[in-house]
Amino acid sequence: MSNWKTFTKGLIKENPILVLLLGCCPTLATTTSAINGMSMGLATTFVLIMSNLVISLLKNFIPDKVRIPCFIVVIASFVTVVQLVMQAYVPDIYETLGLFIPLIVVNCIVLGRAEAFASKNPVWPSILDGAGMGLGFTFALTVLGSIREILGSGSVFNWRFLPEDAQTILIFVLAPGAFIALGYLIAIVNRIKKTK
Amino acid sequence: MKIIIILISTIFVNNVILAQFLGICPFLGTSKKTSTAVGMGAAVIFVLVLATLVTYLLNKYVLVAHGLEFLQTIAFILVIAALVQMVEIILKKISPSLYTALGVFLPLITTNCCVLGVSLKVVGEGFIYGNNVGEAVIYAAGIAIGFALALIIFSGIREHIDLMEAPEGTKGTPIALITAGILAMAFMGFGGLV
Repeated sequence: MSNWKTFTKGLIKENPILVLLLGCCPTLATTTSAINGMSMGLATTFVLIMSNLVISLLKNFIPDKVRIPCFIVVIASFVTVVQLVMQAYVPDIYETLGLFIPLIVVNCIVLGRAEAFASKNPVWPSILDGAGMGLGFTFALTVLGSIREILGSGSVFNWRFLPEDAQTILIFVLAPGAFIALGYLIAIVNRIKKTK
Repeated sequence: MKIIIILISTIFVNNVILAQFLGICPFLGTSKKTSTAVGMGAAVIFVLVLATLVTYLLNKYVLVAHGLEFLQTIAFILVIAALVQMVEIILKKISPSLYTALGVFLPLITTNCCVLGVSLKVVGEGFIYGNNVGEAVIYAAGIAIGFALALIIFSGIREHIDLMEAPEGTKGTPIALITAGILAMAFMGFGGLV
């Protein structure tokens, strides 16, 4: 497979959320606004790229039987890096995302790519795969965050386009809205795939 | 009295799946049949309580005592992975019947984010039940029961959905997510109970 294909397959064709349905917890929890969704996506992208890089470098040294714990240690180290950096430089976003930053460790996408791709491929394709998957995840999160923010509070990226007293559907920034918005988003994607 | 309040608030008001979004993957993955949902729910109750107890003590007597709080994420996930493996081995030895009932679900629990999520939450700053190991464990038990409850209710609904005619494109996961949204709306009715 060419490098370009390795990179682009994560964006749409094998989008981790909209097609593969991996990593639903942060998707639902952090998309209360577009900016939150995007920061979560970028944090995960960084962890994905770095863990794919390190795991594909170490793949010949890790014994097959204990590979999963080894992968988890590598991933957890990078998550800690992200956690400390975000705490230092973007404390407000860190506060809002809260628990879901450390929970990148148990995000199925990260471990899934390590197991399915980085442990079998050379370094450069692994980095591209991580970047593609991460950006696909970021894209889906930003779209979902924008939809919820537009419907729920009438703004997007904190830019308000509805007048202050306009009626918005508050439920979309609350918990049930997350499920419903993601459900319809996946339904639309399925529908588009069918008609192709 | 305090115990009852903790239980009600974790099971109903702040339900782990429907209000806090922890453990969505197993919620969608194991809810196709009620029997698997019951198995997964029981396994989560078992592991979550045990994991919270162990990570709470680890945090208090090892990490905090030596000023290593920044290692929480790494230490906890390793402890949880090891614990799940150990529970699996012990169960196989002492209670084969329980092992056959929970067996398949145990390895899945390591990557269930509600286990790591709850153990991190319990030791986090500003957690009201964090000073007392007993209350922390009851909190974890409440969370786990809430998880099992939501999972079993949802699997019951989902068995019926499969028989219904869903619009093209929403079949499968999308209709399940929309149903979960409606269920979450119903659980919002518990808000203000405590």
